[in-house]
Amino acid sequence: MPDQIKRTVVVTGGSRGIGRAICLVFANPDTRIFFNYSRSEEDARQTEEVVSQAGGYASGLQIDVSSLTDVARFFKTILDETGRVDILVNNAGIARDALIVRMSEADWDAVLNTNLKGTFNCTKLAAKAMLKQRYGRIINITSVVGVSGNPGQANYVASKAGIIGLTKSVARELATRNITVNAVAPGYIETEMTNKLSDKAKSEMVGLVPAGRAGKPSEVADVVEFLASEKASYITGQVIHVSGGMYI
Amino acid sequence: MMKGDLTMSIEDKVIKIIAEKLDVDPVEIVPGASLIDDLGADSLDLVELVMTMEEEFDIEISDDDTKDLVTVKNAIDYIIGHL
Repeated sequence: MPDQIKRTVVVTGGSRGIGRAICLVFANPDTRIFFNYSRSEEDARQTEEVVSQAGGYASGLQIDVSSLTDVARFFKTILDETGRVDILVNNAGIARDALIVRMSEADWDAVLNTNLKGTFNCTKLAAKAMLKQRYGRIINITSVVGVSGNPGQANYVASKAGIIGLTKSVARELATRNITVNAVAPGYIETEMTNKLSDKAKSEMVGLVPAGRAGKPSEVADVVEFLASEKASYITGQVIHVSGGMYI
Repeated sequence: MMKGDLTMSIEDKVIKIIAEKLDVDPVEIVPGASLIDDLGADSLDLVELVMTMEEEFDIEISDDDTKDLVTVKNAIDYIIGHL
C-alpha cells in the first residue's frame, strides 16, 4: 500500500446503518471516503458530518448501484478527484421479503439488481483501477442467511449467496495483483432494516444467537476495517461471519 | 515518410508496453512472438495490456477484437489500423 498517498475508500450504501459505521471506521486524515446513497439525502449529509467530526473526509453521491451507467459515472467522479480506488466496500442492500409463492417478479428483480448486480457493477469498475495500482481491497457485505437460507427471503438470500460466489471467483482472478476480495456475513445487527421487524420476530432472532444479543453496526465495520488493513494481506476469498455465533 | 515514422513510434510504444507489463526483455518481443505462448502472458496480463494500450493510444478495444490479438504483430497492426 502506498504510505504517503491518501487512500481512496468507496462504500456503497453509506448513508445509514452498517454502511455509515463502515464510513466511520475509515474516517481519518489519511483517507478520502466516497459513498453512494439511493434515497435519503439528509442521511447522506449526516454521514458526511459524522465522518468530518471524526477527522475524515466523506462525500456522498446519489447513485443507483444497479445501473452500470450510474456506477461508471460514480467511479469517474472518484477517479477524476483522487486518481485511485484503494478500498471498495460493497454494502448497499435492500430487502423485499415474501414467501416464494407470494414473491412478485418486481421484488425478486429489485433485490437481485441492487444487492448482486450492484456488487458486480462496482467490483468491475474498481477492479480496473486496482489492477493499474497493483493494489486493492474489496470487501463485500453478504449475510449469515446467504449461507444458512431463510424462509421469506428467497430473493435476499439468493443475492447474498450470489455475492459469496462472486467474492470467491474475483478473489481467484485478482490474487496475483495484490488485490484481496473477501466477504463479511453479518447476523442479526441493529439497523433500520431489522428495526422494521416485529418485537416477536426480534426476540425470535435473538433466540437464534448464541451470544444472546443483536450485534452493533460498529462490530461489523471493525471486521471490514481489519480486512482492508495490511494485517489481512494474506486473506482472500473468505467469508467472515460476524453473527454472535448465529451460524457455526 | 511521415507515415513510416509514425508507424515506428507506435511499434516502439507497443513493445515498451508489452515489455513492462509482461516483464520481458524487449529483444524477445519480435513481431511473430505469441503473447501467451512465447512471452508468458496469462489472461489477466492480456486484459491489462489491452487496458494500457487503450489508455496510451486513446482507443477502445472490444472484447471480440481482444481475442484476435495473439501475436505482437497483431497488436501493432490493430493499433495502427484503429488510430
